[in-house]
Amino acid sequence: MNINGVQIDANFAEAFPMRGTRIVITAQNAKWAHIAAQTMTGFATSVIACGCEAGIERELTPEETPDGRPGVAVLIFAMGGKTLAKQVETRAGQCVLTCPTTALFSGLPEGDPIALGKNLRFFGDGYQISKRINGRRYWRVPVMDGEFLCEENTGMVNAVGGGNFLILAESQPQALAACEAAVDAMRKIPNVIMPFPGGVVRSGSKVGSKYKALNASTNDAFCPTLKGQTKSELSPEIESVMEIVIDGLTAEDINQAMRVGIQAACSLGPQNGIRRISAGNYGGKLGPFLFHLQEIMA
Amino acid sequence: MTMLILTLRSGPRQRIDVAPLTPDTLQGKSIAEIGDTLLQTGNRQLRAGDLFDIEGNDASHIVLRGATGKLDFIGRGMTGGQITVEGDAGSYLGIQMKGGRLIVRGSVDAYAACELRNGHVLIVGNAGDFLGASLPGNKKGMAGGVIIVRGNVGDRAGDHLRRGAILIEGNTGDYLGSRMTAGTIAVLGKTGRYLGYAMGRGTLLLAQSPSELLPTFNDCGTHTLGFIPLMLRGFAELDTPFAGMSDQLKRVRRYAGDMSGLGKGEILVAADA
Repeated sequence: MNINGVQIDANFAEAFPMRGTRIVITAQNAKWAHIAAQTMTGFATSVIACGCEAGIERELTPEETPDGRPGVAVLIFAMGGKTLAKQVETRAGQCVLTCPTTALFSGLPEGDPIALGKNLRFFGDGYQISKRINGRRYWRVPVMDGEFLCEENTGMVNAVGGGNFLILAESQPQALAACEAAVDAMRKIPNVIMPFPGGVVRSGSKVGSKYKALNASTNDAFCPTLKGQTKSELSPEIESVMEIVIDGLTAEDINQAMRVGIQAACSLGPQNGIRRISAGNYGGKLGPFLFHLQEIMA
Repeated sequence: MTMLILTLRSGPRQRIDVAPLTPDTLQGKSIAEIGDTLLQTGNRQLRAGDLFDIEGNDASHIVLRGATGKLDFIGRGMTGGQITVEGDAGSYLGIQMKGGRLIVRGSVDAYAACELRNGHVLIVGNAGDFLGASLPGNKKGMAGGVIIVRGNVGDRAGDHLRRGAILIEGNTGDYLGSRMTAGTIAVLGKTGRYLGYAMGRGTLLLAQSPSELLPTFNDCGTHTLGFIPLMLRGFAELDTPFAGMSDQLKRVRRYAGDMSGLGKGEILVAADA
């Protein structure tokens, strides 16, 4: 397959079941909602060492938020429910409770409940106040800037993590430009995040390593500097490969995000050094979700 | 299916317990069976059919037409459906109601919606004493649902309130929110004396400054509280002016009390009141 002169490999991305939730952070203005959201989603690129994968889904207008203030929707994913619950709670406690003027709400009323303010309320040292509004419980925790308003629970649902595609380009700046275009397009899609820095990962990995202690190591088949040293997947003109990883609430959300992302990257075409789109997988043996590039782009 | 209309033939001289006339108890019954329902009045029982003209067949919405203040226990313990009272209602309206809607076009007597568990109660006229309170001797008052009163309410409204909201658009009597343990009472009109007497927790939200405050309530200053717009927006599906008052009520002066007890309740007074 070929889109705008860019080759689409007959390959697939392999993704895994995760547990996910959405939370809504509001603040006095969008600036402080973003500060809280960025802090909360910091160090959350990969479950390998961060415990969870998190990112900003989108900015919310005052009309879209529960308390009528500017807000930000954040998606958080983890490999299991307990891990997700712990990550949500600790990040909410350290990054949102602490952030001036913020309030914290569930962005997923359905699903299994996990604690948001349920335990954070104890920070109120007995002065916290519960309010039940339309069947949902909220906590008012007195803090030094006023009150921290926090919903008791958020909903946890089955989700999909690890959707991905690789952009193979003639140079590093061209690969990055294509990634930026793809991520910009993908950020418009609901229910997905691209958890890596700026949505892009340059250190794609393969399973296993020559070192026994490591479960994963550099994806040497796609490392351009190793073209002559390893069984490379790269043709001579490829000088840089970057990956975009997608976590989403459903497989269809990831499908859609991959479609618009690949389309955006391909629109730059070979004249901008974009030559191939491929994907990362483990032979289809590990993850139950397979995203075939050519099917997605058909 | 047409709603079940029970029209009172003439105003009874003695009080009548009409608790059996709820959507739960009348669902699936024929007009004849409904007419045979026995209602307690004093020390004797009367057939509903002797008191009311009965028409319609959908007991999920019962209309009591020509109702008077002699009809007690309307909607007792109902779990769903709707009762519309065209006229006044007696005491214990919606007592221990667990769901559904109860609308009274006129006024109601004492203990309306007392020990309410869930559901919506709308009183277009006035309400007597002990609105949403607990029964005498009980320590648990209203524990869920929403009461809206367009008119005025008597003394002790929300006594022992535990959860839910009472929205009063008129004035209140004395001892509003006495002995509250949680929940919210909001008032657009004037409030009486001994506001929040012995309240442990809970919120009294007032659009007007109270004429007097107990000395056991301490001023905590003026604040913009985020939960107020959230809570008022939560009433958007109900027919109440409170739903659109976020701007007027979000900045409030906070008084904490009753310090003679637990002292974790609050009286919030609109800052520009």
